[in-house]
Amino acid sequence: MPAGFSAADFLYILPELVLIGGAMLLLSLSVLVPRRDGLLLWTALATVAVTLVLVVRFFGLDVTAARGLLAIDSFAAFFKVIVLLSAALTLLMSAPYLRVEGIRVGEYYFLILCATVGMMFMASGVELITLFIGLETMAVSFYVLVGFLKPNPRSNEAAVKYFLLGGFSLGILLYGMSLIYGVTGTTSLAGIAAALRGQDTSLVLVLAVILVGAGMGFKIAAVPFHMWAPDVYEGAPTPVTAFLSVGSKAASFAMLLRIFVVGLPALAQEWSLLFYVLAVISMTVGNIAALTQSNLKRMLAYSSIAHVGYLLIGVVVRTERGVAAMLLYLGVYLFMQLGAFAIVTAQRRSDIIGDELKDLSGLSKRNPLAAFAMGFFMLSLGGIPPTAGFMGKMWLFGAAIDAGFIWLAVIAVANSALSIYYYIRVVVFMWINQEEPVGSPIVIGPAMKVALGVALLGTVVLGIYPQFLFEQAEVAARTLQGITAATVVGGQ
Amino acid sequence: MDLIWLIPLLPGIGAALNGLLGVRYFSKRVAAGVACVTMGGALLLSIGAFYQLLGAEHREHVVTVAQWIPPIPLATASGEIGAFEVPWAFRLDPLSGMMILIVTGIGFLIHLYSVAYMDHESRGAYARFFCYLNLFCFFMLMLVLGSTFLVMFVGWEGVGLCSYLLIGFWYHKQSASDAGKKAFIVNRVGDWGFMLGIFLIFFTFGTLDFRAVAEAAAEMPVEVGGFGVLSAICLLLFVGAVGKSAQIPLHIWLPDAMEGPTPVSALIHAATMVTAGVYMVGRNAVLFSHAPMVMQVVAWVGVLTALLAATIGLVQTDIKKVLAYSTVSQLGYMFLATGVGAFGAAAFHLMTHAFFKALLFLGSGSVIHAMNDEQDLRRMGNMRLYMPVTFITMFVGSLAIAGVPPFSGFFSKDEILYRTYLNNKLLWGLAVVTAGMTAFYMFRLIFMTFFGEYRGPSWGHQEGEDHAEAHAAADDGHDADAQGHAWHGPHESPGLMTGPLWMLAVGASVAGLVGIPAAFGFRNLIEPFLEPSFTAGAAHEATEHAESHLLEWGLMGFSVLIAIAGIALAYHFYVRRPERSEQLAKHWAGAHRWLTNKYYVDELYGATAIKGTIGSARGLWTVDRHVVDGAVNGAGWLTRACAWVSHVFDKYLVDGMFNLLAWVCTEGSYVFRRVQTGLIQNYAVATLFGVFAFVTMYLIARYVG
Repeated sequence: MPAGFSAADFLYILPELVLIGGAMLLLSLSVLVPRRDGLLLWTALATVAVTLVLVVRFFGLDVTAARGLLAIDSFAAFFKVIVLLSAALTLLMSAPYLRVEGIRVGEYYFLILCATVGMMFMASGVELITLFIGLETMAVSFYVLVGFLKPNPRSNEAAVKYFLLGGFSLGILLYGMSLIYGVTGTTSLAGIAAALRGQDTSLVLVLAVILVGAGMGFKIAAVPFHMWAPDVYEGAPTPVTAFLSVGSKAASFAMLLRIFVVGLPALAQEWSLLFYVLAVISMTVGNIAALTQSNLKRMLAYSSIAHVGYLLIGVVVRTERGVAAMLLYLGVYLFMQLGAFAIVTAQRRSDIIGDELKDLSGLSKRNPLAAFAMGFFMLSLGGIPPTAGFMGKMWLFGAAIDAGFIWLAVIAVANSALSIYYYIRVVVFMWINQEEPVGSPIVIGPAMKVALGVALLGTVVLGIYPQFLFEQAEVAARTLQGITAATVVGGQ
Repeated sequence: MDLIWLIPLLPGIGAALNGLLGVRYFSKRVAAGVACVTMGGALLLSIGAFYQLLGAEHREHVVTVAQWIPPIPLATASGEIGAFEVPWAFRLDPLSGMMILIVTGIGFLIHLYSVAYMDHESRGAYARFFCYLNLFCFFMLMLVLGSTFLVMFVGWEGVGLCSYLLIGFWYHKQSASDAGKKAFIVNRVGDWGFMLGIFLIFFTFGTLDFRAVAEAAAEMPVEVGGFGVLSAICLLLFVGAVGKSAQIPLHIWLPDAMEGPTPVSALIHAATMVTAGVYMVGRNAVLFSHAPMVMQVVAWVGVLTALLAATIGLVQTDIKKVLAYSTVSQLGYMFLATGVGAFGAAAFHLMTHAFFKALLFLGSGSVIHAMNDEQDLRRMGNMRLYMPVTFITMFVGSLAIAGVPPFSGFFSKDEILYRTYLNNKLLWGLAVVTAGMTAFYMFRLIFMTFFGEYRGPSWGHQEGEDHAEAHAAADDGHDADAQGHAWHGPHESPGLMTGPLWMLAVGASVAGLVGIPAAFGFRNLIEPFLEPSFTAGAAHEATEHAESHLLEWGLMGFSVLIAIAGIALAYHFYVRRPERSEQLAKHWAGAHRWLTNKYYVDELYGATAIKGTIGSARGLWTVDRHVVDGAVNGAGWLTRACAWVSHVFDKYLVDGMFNLLAWVCTEGSYVFRRVQTGLIQNYAVATLFGVFAFVTMYLIARYVG
């Protein structure tokens, strides 16, 4: 047993170990019993399911493991559940897509699970190096996944772009981290917070905040570090795009919250302003750029950039209520975004790529159920009641108002009004445009049905009864140390 | 009583079944069965709940099903933070108890009636119809049972939606879909007021619960001679009620609502929808009692609506239009009653009206059915020979609405007149004139339909022009299967249609007995029963009227005389000397034209509000087009944007800023597209640029700012 690690540590990282074991098993199975796609899918799903059960059991714990490298707390568990759910939905929607594309599934599933492992460490790491390794594990898996359509030049281009820009931004991130280490002499977040307590903010630290912010901003695709996102989203295999826009984003938000809220509360003034600006320009640029996109995946890419803007509100206000609202919104976002991508994935058939907006023409006639689901996801992304998206936005913007960020809320509301235009345009294409449909009929297989059903159910139920998720989000937000207690600014 | 949440839910389930599965898969029998069984279940539950309520010590029961909106702290007028918290809660008290009985009872009969009435429809349309009908009842029950303003508002909006769906049920008919839209848009104006009222209530009281609001309002001083916050709330709420209950000036949608199938008219007019406004005012009786100025407004709007609608009713020739204006007029009575503080009388009249108006509508539906979709009174006559049951039941209904004792309408209307007399003699005078007109136009309808010469189209082997025309009209309204259905002259309707007529006729005769005035030596049961719903405190004695019974007797006798005079006049003009009515119309041609054109209110709105909206939209649109032509890149897109925007303008609001904003956004969007070059070095530069920009920002902030 390695020095300094106890048996308990292995217990605490049991979910991750299960996931790694499952990934290894998948890799072996794909060599031993090739072309048993169904078996591989079941193995991958079962691994994720077992991990999910274990993670849920850990909800409510609040311990640090592995000599202070990992925190096993509700906050981590919340994000791990989101990540695992998005992995499961991605796996479900991948199966038919992979068949059409003719991809070997073994490596693909293996990489999805590897990326998930990385995300889980990002959710629970409380030390800069651990977080960084988690991030790298996720990123490297994604570099490969994005370029998985080997004969497709768009996919290759996307992979190269993602890899080069990813490397570039990781350099920036590491530079920032090293500056923090240089000033404080430690990489532990708690240690950093202790070292900085009561000190004046030096210019070096401000530079570090900006560099780390830029590095994380790249991962969550916040403007102006978002340039890779539309190209990569468009080129990558659609389920990978979905996973990238939900799983990777959620994990990066977890890491971002940990670093800034736990590690750098002394610099809250500085980073709050940084994220304020990032939030405003992300939502504005994202929404405006989405208006004229003719490609669905690009449009969803810009829409996800806009959503990053909304989510950053939670970081800016940094109250318990704000963070809870942000977690809630991430939970909601998981369902509606993955649902939308599931429909785009289902549009891919042997004779058509199907990711153009016009490919949706007349979908309401050809496949009413898919059209209804897509319409519902669009309304939810646009934040129209009674969908989950409305509830999420209401809480998020309410938290901003509550903490006194009135203008931020006003900008966010104006932005969501703007976004309705391009979401409704999808509905218009599906219902009103009745051009000749191109391509063979859309077949929604059982796996895809389950994925769509879960996404739709989540979007509906959280719209009507968000209470349950919100309670969990509040518990999770409370465990994040350094959170300012809920304060009420208005009303006096 | 703990199961009252099932009462709205059952029709909701029925609607869901018929809507999701029925339209595709159900046969007609199954679709109708689902709808009627769920409605019947709701009726049984309502009866059970009501019975328990009668036996309960404390006649108020709130059931909270689930949390809806978790508490959100919001600032209120008092500077405190109120928890904006809305549970799915239902309240059963005397007022809502009476309402659920009306809605489920009459709703159930209308469901039964529709089974036969809508039989011409194709299978899908049949299921769709019952889906809407159930949905309507679902929302109406939600409205009356809701224990907070927001739950009520859900129902309120829901019935608005359903009225749109049902009035426009025959959507391929231009007039029907127009009428549906009209109902929806006019209602929207009222909803605007209601919504503002709700906002103001929350801002003032920090809660939306009816009971809490009433108790808080009871603590506040009565706003005599002033216009305070309570008056503002009541006025806004009343705007909502005016829209929903079709009072002047928002009454225009209700007569057009006749474009829907007749059972729908009955449902909208009798049991649901239009009574929502009266119910809402009654529900907030405490608020209104504290705003005497608004009460005056309510009373006057009510009495003027009653009077004007009655005068229009005098000359209408469409059987359903006459009934429509009579509904508007009767609703005016109810508002008059609330306006003079007689909330109990208003609720009582609401109940009796539900019976006789449902009866009259279903009866008229039966006549229309028999006449192969003929609605013009001038083309009927002598129908009592062909359809005795319809005749007898409708005759009973007319006696009830005219206020002839001992039918139900007499007691409720008389109570309103009596209370009005005590309050304001002028209001009473107008109301009495209206009562006379009511008797006149109702019996004009009866006499023109059931007496005199038969003036309708011929049938059987004599294939005349009339017949072809009537058939064309029929095909217009019905689906293709009406073509194979030859018409064999007027006939009595099937048992499923006459059954509900009989039941409603019994109801219309005896429903008034629960409210016999004290002057007869009996106990008036209904008003003390309803009293707790209208007051804030738990124990509150019903106010005794100090006036002598002699006055009550006198007023009663007088109104009976007026009613009989109206009937006699109708008899004179339409049975004994039919030609006299023609002469009279010619003699007073000007007035007659005003009345047949309903005082030109529709035209007035058309010339002002609608024309104005369209005109300014057109103007803006022209300006836009010229601006757009200048832009090179976005020309195509912008034209489309403008077309879209002007489309919105035509329909909704005029907002010049919107175009500018859309233009800026699209142009911005194109800029961002151009920035996205696809070249990786540019992207890296953008990232670096971002870092430098932030560093610069901080440097400036630190050393300059």
